[in-house]
Amino acid sequence: MAEHKLDPNGWIRNYSDYLFNYTISRVDDREIAKDLVQETFFAGLRSMKNFEGKASERTWLVSILKRKIIDHYRKINSNKGKAEVRMSYNSSEESEGDWLEERVADPYASNAESDIENNELGLAIHKCLSTLPEKQAKIFRMKTIENYDTETICKEFDITSSNLWVIIHRARTSMASCMEKNWF
Amino acid sequence: MSDKKRKKGLSVSGTSVFLSCDEANHVCDKSQYKESTLLEKIKLNIHLLFCSACRKYTKNNVNLTKVLQDKNVSYMKENEVTDLEKEFKEQLKEFSDKN
Repeated sequence: MAEHKLDPNGWIRNYSDYLFNYTISRVDDREIAKDLVQETFFAGLRSMKNFEGKASERTWLVSILKRKIIDHYRKINSNKGKAEVRMSYNSSEESEGDWLEERVADPYASNAESDIENNELGLAIHKCLSTLPEKQAKIFRMKTIENYDTETICKEFDITSSNLWVIIHRARTSMASCMEKNWF
Repeated sequence: MSDKKRKKGLSVSGTSVFLSCDEANHVCDKSQYKESTLLEKIKLNIHLLFCSACRKYTKNNVNLTKVLQDKNVSYMKENEVTDLEKEFKEQLKEFSDKN
């Protein structure tokens, strides 16, 4: 019995950010992440008939994305040819003993825990963003994340500045209450 | 409501140092984007002295700004999303034509 339904029309608006954030923490490259997200949507479209309705749309898309990310790593690995492990230490006498210092943990490197937390924070933000009405979300993103100035946005959407502030206020209120439970 | 009236209702340039909650929230929103004037910020802080509801709103709002600006969280750019949407729409059309 299908409890969840697929509606591809809303996919891009609702999930692209979420998936993008998920991908970028794993591949660390904007362009590749973008391509993978796109491929995921296309693959999702092609295999829509295999959807059994057991999971939500988002979970289903993420599971496709996971395969895509694995495939991506397989591909770049096979490009390299055989796996090689190379260690090159300087053999000159001047730098003798330097490798010891290289092995000391870097206190400024981000640790796994904070990485995970940041990734989760990103996913939470995107989840909340996707609950906003489309127009509100668009304006809120332009203003807050892409830092367009008020005038530009007003012109683009043909609204007055006080309209804009009302929209921003509503968006901020619902974002805050959505994030409040876990993140503040 | 005419546009002019609406603007007047939201503007904070009145002479009183005491803001209404609506005005205070508006200043708070504006200051999240560094668009409020010094006088407005002073008035907001006076308001916050006696209004706990607005204190809560301000606190949440500041937190929201902070987490949104976290440099480890990535967003797609609006034009990237639009491009993606366009391509996907084409695929979708092709796909539904086939079936």
